[in-house]
Amino acid sequence: MIPYLLHRLASAVATLLLASLVVFAVLEILPGDPARLMLGLNASPEAIETLRTQMGLDQPVVVRYLEWLYGMVTGDFGRSLTYSSPVIDLVEERLAVSLPLALMALTLSTIIAIPVGVFAAARRGRPADTVAMGLAQFGVAIPNFWFALLLVYVFAVGFRLVPAGGFPGWGETWSSHGQAFQALVLPAVSLALPQAAILARVTRSAVVEVMGEDFIRTARAKGLPQRIVLWRHALRNALIPVLTIMGLQFAFLLAGTIIIENVFYLPGLGRLIFQAISQRDLIVVQGVVMLLVASVILINLMVDICYAVVDPRLRDGR
Amino acid sequence: MSLDPVLAPAHRERWLRRALANRSFLVGLSIASLVILMALISLFWTPYDITRLAVANRLLGLSAEHPLGTDHMGRDILSMIMIGARNSIAVAVVAVAIGMGIGVPLGTWAAARGGWVDEVLMRANDVVFAFPSLLSAVMITAIFGPGAINAIIAIGIFNIPVFARVARAGALALWPREFILAARAAGKGKVLITIEHILPNIAGLLLVQGTIQFALGILAEAGLSYLGLGAQPPMPSWGRMLFDAQTRIAIAPHLALFPGLAIVITVLGLNLLGDGLRDVLDPKLRRER
Repeated sequence: MIPYLLHRLASAVATLLLASLVVFAVLEILPGDPARLMLGLNASPEAIETLRTQMGLDQPVVVRYLEWLYGMVTGDFGRSLTYSSPVIDLVEERLAVSLPLALMALTLSTIIAIPVGVFAAARRGRPADTVAMGLAQFGVAIPNFWFALLLVYVFAVGFRLVPAGGFPGWGETWSSHGQAFQALVLPAVSLALPQAAILARVTRSAVVEVMGEDFIRTARAKGLPQRIVLWRHALRNALIPVLTIMGLQFAFLLAGTIIIENVFYLPGLGRLIFQAISQRDLIVVQGVVMLLVASVILINLMVDICYAVVDPRLRDGR
Repeated sequence: MSLDPVLAPAHRERWLRRALANRSFLVGLSIASLVILMALISLFWTPYDITRLAVANRLLGLSAEHPLGTDHMGRDILSMIMIGARNSIAVAVVAVAIGMGIGVPLGTWAAARGGWVDEVLMRANDVVFAFPSLLSAVMITAIFGPGAINAIIAIGIFNIPVFARVARAGALALWPREFILAARAAGKGKVLITIEHILPNIAGLLLVQGTIQFALGILAEAGLSYLGLGAQPPMPSWGRMLFDAQTRIAIAPHLALFPGLAIVITVLGLNLLGDGLRDVLDPKLRRER
């Protein structure tokens, strides 16, 4: 188990380092001098030069990369040029929206997808399976922002049940918590349903595959009820592909809410990065992208560790 | 996971019979053909000229003259959807071509060479996969300027590791097979073997993946153009139409309905086609499922 984990950890760190090089290099070759952008068109060359020195832009590339990397590791992401506050504070503020949203969406999609997937697998080839998987086919094809528009039309414009957009902040009182939660309901649903469709399909095919194994026949032969065979034996052994997809989806949800946050005018991480890109606030872009990439890698690492826990055979292999 | 080395005529006939009996394949193929046909027709003819604005006709509902109504500038929605199809298909097809054109050589090279080449290429793949694709596509288009070309590049880049992975996996499964050993014994080089034997046998896998990436490309293009980073006005695109519809959803919900349906139907058709193709090309998998 230890060599397996070490191997995984080493490759995660290597991937992270390579990714940091890519992020740094891409933003390095960008047209436009940040100092010039900050001071505007009428700035004197001397003023620009002074600011460049202040920002450390006159240092050699390698030095700047190492300093930037050191900052990342120690939690210093630099200061935003447009918001004039530390990037880490901005991220923290936006995570208060994005993280609950991602968790809500993931929970919702899991609650829907796993039972549907197991149910369809148990009734493979029968009408219930056909209907469930037909719906899942549709779900996969629906762009989440279009689904969001439909939800807004029905529940915000039509029934006036929830706000059509905006975020009031979590606040201090229970009622303000409730309002903030309400503002995240439609975004979470619109993110969750297309994800649930994918997850349900994966769950079904994983369970179907496991159901053909000998130990399932044994479980049945010793008279266990179908319910136990399905949920304890089959689902448990089908978890690896399901976990993989869930890991990928969570990573997607953290970053991929960029469109949904635009639909609902939510002040989340996605909108922060979208605005930072259009304002050429490179320090924010670098910081947030690195943070997201790190969380994708971390989530994948955790999924790998879960594999080892679920499937002891993997511990000895590579 | 692989096809038989050589598709003998008997095999081909069975392939065709399986295709005609496969519902997903037939439905998917019909939908995809219809959408492509619609896009092709739009090159020569659309019900209305969408470059001519007629503000007097704006936000009309469904009628015999305008089957899907008109938008806030009086343009015919059906005509815009037809031209939008052309844009979506062009972006997605070129993005798939970029992914295949670069990913397949890399993947087959990694499989043929093994060793450090394989390790380096697969590590590079991991790095690309660690970047959330949509976010990076937004970054690329926002930095290098919005537009259809940059959208194609942004989507295409993320197709490269997908095809590299599929091609590598397919090729790795083939290298130990007898007919490859025979070819090596005959003194053929790795490049020649890859071209003559590996590629034809992973073509099916690549075709299935290509169909799936085609569908994903259409979704990605819609997302980018919804954010204003894809095709620029006056060129209509499905995503942009949805963006324009958003502020008018209370007064003209049909503006949001039809472009969205166009996306769903197209993506659904391509996914069905992909599923069907997989079943048709690899009946072993079908029995297992």
